[in-house]
Amino acid sequence: MNNAANIAVDIAIILVLIAGIARFRTPAGARFGNAMAALALLFAVAVALYRNPILSSNAALAAFALAASSLAAWRVSAKINMTRIPSLVAFQNGAGGLAALLVAIVEMSSAGPAPGAVASAAAAVSVSLGAATFSGSMIASLKLAGKIRQTPTVVPGHNIALLGLAAACAAAAALMFAPGDPTSALVSLAFLSLAFGALFSIRIGGADMPVLISFLNSATGMAAAFCGIVIQNRLLIACGAVVASSGFILTMVMCRAMNRSLMNIIAGGKAFARAHASSSATVSSPEITAAPPAPTPVAASQPEQPVADPLSRAADSLRAAKKLIVIPGYGMAIAQAQSETVALAAMLEQAGTEVKYAVHPVAGRMPGHMHVLLAEADVDYDKLFEMDDINAEFAETDVALIVGACDVVNPAAKEKEGTPISGMPVLNAGDARSVIVCNFDDKPGYSGVPNPLYVRPNAILLFGDAKTTLASLIAKLQ
Amino acid sequence: MSDLLVMLVVFAASSAIGYALISKVPQRLHTPLMSMTNAISASTIIAALLLFSSKMDSPHKVLAAAAVALAAFNVVGGFTVTGRMLKMFKKQ
Repeated sequence: MNNAANIAVDIAIILVLIAGIARFRTPAGARFGNAMAALALLFAVAVALYRNPILSSNAALAAFALAASSLAAWRVSAKINMTRIPSLVAFQNGAGGLAALLVAIVEMSSAGPAPGAVASAAAAVSVSLGAATFSGSMIASLKLAGKIRQTPTVVPGHNIALLGLAAACAAAAALMFAPGDPTSALVSLAFLSLAFGALFSIRIGGADMPVLISFLNSATGMAAAFCGIVIQNRLLIACGAVVASSGFILTMVMCRAMNRSLMNIIAGGKAFARAHASSSATVSSPEITAAPPAPTPVAASQPEQPVADPLSRAADSLRAAKKLIVIPGYGMAIAQAQSETVALAAMLEQAGTEVKYAVHPVAGRMPGHMHVLLAEADVDYDKLFEMDDINAEFAETDVALIVGACDVVNPAAKEKEGTPISGMPVLNAGDARSVIVCNFDDKPGYSGVPNPLYVRPNAILLFGDAKTTLASLIAKLQ
Repeated sequence: MSDLLVMLVVFAASSAIGYALISKVPQRLHTPLMSMTNAISASTIIAALLLFSSKMDSPHKVLAAAAVALAAFNVVGGFTVTGRMLKMFKKQ
């Protein structure tokens, strides 16, 4: 085949891929887009193998690896519970990173003639990014699966260790250009980068996970693109670059939603712990740390009213509500309370209440986490609203129902200076006539900033496991 | 040198197109989008399979097979789970 025809085929495949991504505007379109992208990738593989057929002596092994792993992947992802998606996505990302690492090492160490400078440099980047995204993604996956501590882990001299590893990586990469076999330099680079990725990832945690996940996603794309430069494959470069830039945009969207810089989040634990310490020193709130099951502050401050238990008061205000906005947070995912949340909302809707869902961009542990959980619980996606589209409506809303969310509704972000969440855009839940809080306890969210909503007279606090709380609310309303 | 130039152009153009496309994706599709681009990033499977187009010694074969398996896990799993997620989005 001549070169012009090759280029035309490559461009056609890339166009199908791009058209697939472009369908991600509506869920129905995205379903089609996902299939288009999968087809584009299948064609890319077929074309590559047509141009450079696999040696017949190698065919059995390659086919076996491909078939066995595809079957395993299909079985795992067709069966896995949706609540484990964040962890699975991170795991898959790590597998992709490791693949890029292995390809670059095999390619460079088995290449007959001396590889050129471009290939060597690209291989160094590919190995380094592949290794770092592998270890980083595995740490993220374990965090998201709850197998290791979710909060940032900071080791003594964390920054110095990271800088030292980065310098060592650069030195190992430089050694690759020395005459002779680059294998040992590549392998040392791989191990140093593995350590770097782990150390990088372990310091980011909690509510910053969406940023880490999309950042790692971007890095794997970059590793794939450089892998493409090593083997001089245009399609691979294009696929990798699209993923790298898309992951980077998502990362920036998440940062903007928290009003923090990427560096601030990457520096994670340490910068955060410092801010955390100063905020808990300045924001003292003895009322908030009082025992949760005690009568709520509104009952205490208005002794002339009969003291009803919070559950009955919540049921009463829900029964009377004409408009309800539900605010889900990561707590809903932990309690697996999405079905109860939706059941309660649907029940009120049947009774004539207008129900909407308000989703903060960084609610949960990955971009769009809440949307997936609510979709699983059969919510009509037209009822899910983004923060900027719904924030003005809280003032005319009877009840804001918070399920496992804290920082994303914390008015301190707007009202207080110098806290870790100051300046972060939040949902105006406090503007609703009453606020029902179905959180596990009265402890502050990940930011460590106490939530002044809890002591407002219009707050009804239902602490405890959200799944149980919502079930009792449903029983009360029936 | 012209090869390098072509590769740079492909890289830059793809990044720009990716940027333009992703900025318009609504928040509710962020997880499926990430999961799908995650699958696309496993296009390294092309490179992994092409390793088998030339002669290798046994240790290299094992590493190459591992690369194929890992990339296949990412690509097949990624597209499957994305499809599953998107199927859940319903409009009543």
